[in-house]
Amino acid sequence: MILSLKRRSVLPGFGLTMGCTLLYLSLIVLIPLSATFLKTATMSWSQFWSTVTEPRALASYRLSFGASLIGAAINAVFGLLAAWVLVRYSFPGKRIVDALVDLPFALPTAVAGITLTAIFSSNGWIGRLLEPLGITVAFTPLGVVIALTFIGLPFMVRTVQPVLQDLEAELEEAAASLGASRWQTLVRVILPELSPALLTGFTLAFARAVGEYGSVIFISGNMPMRTEITPLLIVTKLEQYDYAGATAIGVVMLVMSFVLLFIINLLQWWSHKRYA
Amino acid sequence: MAGTIAFSRATASITRTRATTEPAIVRWTLIGTAVAFLGLFLVVPLAAVFTLALEKGVSAYFAAFREPDALAAIRLTLLTAGIAVPLNLVFGVAAAWAIAKFEFVGKNLLITLIDLPFSVSPVVSGLIYVLLFGLQGWLGPWLAEHDIKIIFAVPGIVLATIFVTFPFVARELIPLMQAQGTEEEEAARVLGAGGWQTFRRVTLPSIKWGLLYGVILCNARAMGEFGAVSVVSGHVRGLTNTIPLHVEILYNEYNSVAAFAVASLLALLALVTLAAKSVVEWKSQAHVTTGERTPARGEAR
Repeated sequence: MILSLKRRSVLPGFGLTMGCTLLYLSLIVLIPLSATFLKTATMSWSQFWSTVTEPRALASYRLSFGASLIGAAINAVFGLLAAWVLVRYSFPGKRIVDALVDLPFALPTAVAGITLTAIFSSNGWIGRLLEPLGITVAFTPLGVVIALTFIGLPFMVRTVQPVLQDLEAELEEAAASLGASRWQTLVRVILPELSPALLTGFTLAFARAVGEYGSVIFISGNMPMRTEITPLLIVTKLEQYDYAGATAIGVVMLVMSFVLLFIINLLQWWSHKRYA
Repeated sequence: MAGTIAFSRATASITRTRATTEPAIVRWTLIGTAVAFLGLFLVVPLAAVFTLALEKGVSAYFAAFREPDALAAIRLTLLTAGIAVPLNLVFGVAAAWAIAKFEFVGKNLLITLIDLPFSVSPVVSGLIYVLLFGLQGWLGPWLAEHDIKIIFAVPGIVLATIFVTFPFVARELIPLMQAQGTEEEEAARVLGAGGWQTFRRVTLPSIKWGLLYGVILCNARAMGEFGAVSVVSGHVRGLTNTIPLHVEILYNEYNSVAAFAVASLLALLALVTLAAKSVVEWKSQAHVTTGERTPARGEAR
């Protein structure tokens, strides 16, 4: 069937590689994912609904989504600034800084989690400085925001950086020769040109943050209703052998991931049209 | 082709006039702010891992690695990555060949499905295998009858790791091979090369850096994965603990020095990954002859 849907080619191996791809994809991804949805189907709708809307679950959504939004917003500002500085200016140590941007991506999340907790706890390097100001980070929602900002940083920088790199100098020269100030050029010319990339980076950082587990659970303190993120709620339910409850919350998160994936694809299609 | 690339490189490195850059004071303020932010979020944590690991001296640091549980965790992590990375490598090459070299209906859907594991929370990635193979799961009763253990055992850990590292190689290769087109392979075929010969002599040399890059990222994630593995592992000391899970146990036992010592091993792995990535990027830029690497579709992922 697939062969008839495919254009003719002299290259060999389509059947073999396509067959391997579909088989492996089905075994590893598609069948387990569908099994999860089928598992929810064994629950009644009212049972499902009451599980996913219990106060503890609602509090966890608020924290997960709220902290992810704030983290992504912080990254939108500082990630854009970092990308700008890395593309436009030269300064000593620039190559090292550039390579280090990917650290949150390469550093295992558990390591990030215990390290951020150690730094921001009341006797840690930074926590010690913040305590006299009345700011506690570890074991509060603020700690969750910090961890999610850390984890989202490379997504923002690496999405904006190549677009900024390809931005043509003529555009800015034209703006300048028409009498625009540097600030006007930035707001009226550069930012609109960057907006698809900024939005894509924001959504990627947000999507990653919503599902994040390892870097958050150490710094958050995991108090139900206050600092419990949604992925942790799933783990808690599993540890209490509440498989139905864990599945229900898991399906909510899966649906959320699919929606975000759809939005990301739309944004990338938009940027592609814009920059191609 | 070469002409257009030279041209675009030239425009990228154009010297900016006063009208298209900022005054020095603005420039240095921006650099200062950006470097301070990145320093706070990247350099401080990195320095903290090693400082805390060495807090009680070098001998306490190395004592953490002589624990039998630590050695078992290291062995399990190597085994897991040793299975997951080659499997995903073969799959990634096969998927990229089918997608980049042929035109067929539903290609975009297939690419999205391959990307899917990146959008799923690590915890949910573990959960789906528990629901499939766990005692309460679809295949649980059958597996129990035949005395096969997948969840809370090594096979579950390997499966969850394969799932979370599934897209790395494929997503590196697909844009690269799409950009390279099919002319060279077609020429090789016309000149009488076999399919395997064409792949090995024509395709492989031009994708080797992208392939290596994908493998490096895949390996880093496979060795460092925490959430998904934590759900399926059952945390049996010495048996089903990977390095990240061992770090968690030590940390929760308030054994800070040992926790950070073992964590520093993973931090070193991250540094090696970043260095290798920089080298590969530099090499691939030096070797590129047919079009620049296209960093589309969320490179950072």
